[in-house]
Parts: sequence; C-alpha cells; structure tokens
Amino acid sequence: MVECPVCGAVFELEDDAVEGELITCAECGTELEVTSVDPPAVAEAPSEEEDWGE
Amino acid sequence: MSLKIGLLHSLIRPEEKLLIKEFRKHSGVELEMIDDRKLSFNLGRDRFDLDVLLERCINHSRALHGLRLFESAGVRCVNSSAVATVCGDKILTSVHLQEHGVPQPEVRIAFTEESTLEAIEEMGYPVVLKPAVGSWGRLLAKVNDRDAAETILEHKAILGSYHHSIFYIQQYVEKTGRDIRSFVIGDECIAAIYRYSDHWITNTARGGRAENCPVTDELGDLSERACRAVGGGIVAVDLFETPGGLLVNEVNYTMEFRNSIDTTGVNIPGLVVEHVLKVAAEEQERKGAA
Repeated sequence: MVECPVCGAVFELEDDAVEGELITCAECGTELEVTSVDPPAVAEAPSEEEDWGE
Repeated sequence: MSLKIGLLHSLIRPEEKLLIKEFRKHSGVELEMIDDRKLSFNLGRDRFDLDVLLERCINHSRALHGLRLFESAGVRCVNSSAVATVCGDKILTSVHLQEHGVPQPEVRIAFTEESTLEAIEEMGYPVVLKPAVGSWGRLLAKVNDRDAAETILEHKAILGSYHHSIFYIQQYVEKTGRDIRSFVIGDECIAAIYRYSDHWITNTARGGRAENCPVTDELGDLSERACRAVGGGIVAVDLFETPGGLLVNEVNYTMEFRNSIDTTGVNIPGLVVEHVLKVAAEEQERKGAA
C-alpha cells in the first residue's frame, strides 16, 4: 500500500508498476511518481520543465 | 547471444511502459533501464555493455547530450544524437527540410526585434512565432497584427532567456480544425492521425482529439522524406493540409503515441521495438565481424 503525499489517499500499486512510473492519484488527481516498487513508495512527480516534450 | 538494449528514460510515461511490455514479449532480449537522473559520465572511461540504446528522455537537453555521450562511448543510439540535434531545434529542422526539398510553410529567422518585425511585415499577418527549442505547443504565439508583434517581441527580448531572442517566424496555415501527425519507423510511414481542436494549437498534449488518418501515397512519401531529411530513424511528423498539398510543420524525435494506438489500430510500440531489435542485431553482427 502507498499513501498519496498530497491528499493522504491509500491505494495499491498495479502489479506491473515500475520504478519511475507516472501515475495519478484517483482521489485528488495529483501526478505521482513511483519511487520504489519494493517496498512500494510514491512521491509527487516533478513539475514540467521548459525542455520537456517530444 | 542475447540482444542488450538500454532504455534511457527519466519518468516512465505510458509510452515507455508500453515499450517495456513489448520488449518483454521477445525472448533473448536483455533490457536495461537507465534513468537519466541517476547517470553520470566519465568521459573516455565509460564502458556500456549494450548493443543499442533507445532514447526516451522527457528532457530534450538530457536526451541531446546523453545520446552524444553514449555514442562517444561506442554505443549505437536510436535515435542518433544527430537526429536529436536537428529535430530538437526548429531552425535546424527547417534548414534540413529546405535542403532536402521537403515542402514546409514559409519560414524566416531573425535575431533582433527590429529585423523580426520587418520580416513579419513582409510576410503579412498572421504569423506564428515559435521558440527554436520547445515542445507541446509551449510559448507559441499567433501574431495577428503589428501591435501584437511589437508586444510579443518586446516581451520575448526582455523577459526571456537569450534563446528567446532567436526569432523563428512561420507563416500561419489555416488548419480548418485539424492537422496530421504521421509516424515513421525505420524510414517507413506506419500510421497517421488527424488532430482536431477548436484551438489553433492542435497538440494532443494540449487537449487535441485524435482520429485515424489513412496513409495516402502523398502522406507516406512526404513523411518518409521528412524523416530522411532529419537523418532517419523513429520520428513523428506534423503536417498541415493546404490547397497546394501537404506541408511539413515539425519533426519529433522522441515521439509520443499513447493516443494513437487504438486510434490507428497499429501497434506502434511493437513496431518501435522490432526496429530497435533489428538495429541491435545489425550492431551485434558488425561488432562480431570487427
């Protein structure tokens, strides 16, 4: 189980989650980054930077 | 002998997740995830046990320099640093398209507010001012008249970094609500979408809606020519429809495709992975023969 650092919602990571993955908190919509799979942990995702893109 | 693939990334977006799944469908592939936030290079001493590096960074600056550093350490990269250099800079992209005879909207480049204003007045309104380096439709400005031009140029010159004082001016193309994005892998156009939006910026990153676009001979040919013009590889080409034919707007080298798989019915990440494995096999053979 992980806890959203913004709203405190508690949820499970998907089975195929990978470190570095961007996910969205279903409760508050905050973008989160999976910082660890074992043990599971999330943090607020980095903010968009000027050179982000494709 | 297994193929060793490095996947250079930062955040894992849906595109990277799909690519990982596709790589895992192939036996005999060792996939090494390389987070650019944890990397440091030791110039001249780095040894990477990889056949190919697939670049999927979210930061252009890291992709650009990371690719060159991996190449310097002898690693074949997809796309190459040369392609990233060209595609990451709209001025260089336009120069390459021009030099390869690929049709694009009229483009002018100027370096001062005065010369830019003069160029805009010669072109006629509206025009679009774009940062030479930028993505996702950020800081694009549609300039409808001289008042707007003077204001935007002054703001760019005073508030922006020096990068924003290299002025890329593109003729505004009326899009009738949509433009086209095509996907080219290994020099073959494999799919395309229409991007619809009520806003003049149609990027799906900005809320544009995607629909399948048939790959006509004209679209396929022009997309592939645009890909070759920037150096080849895996790219997404943005195009405008005009009464005189298609025009190439931009070429993207770390393409996003999450909204285009169901839309087109084409397994884009699967084809990307097949291409990367083909290049890796060629590279392994080349190293074996050396």
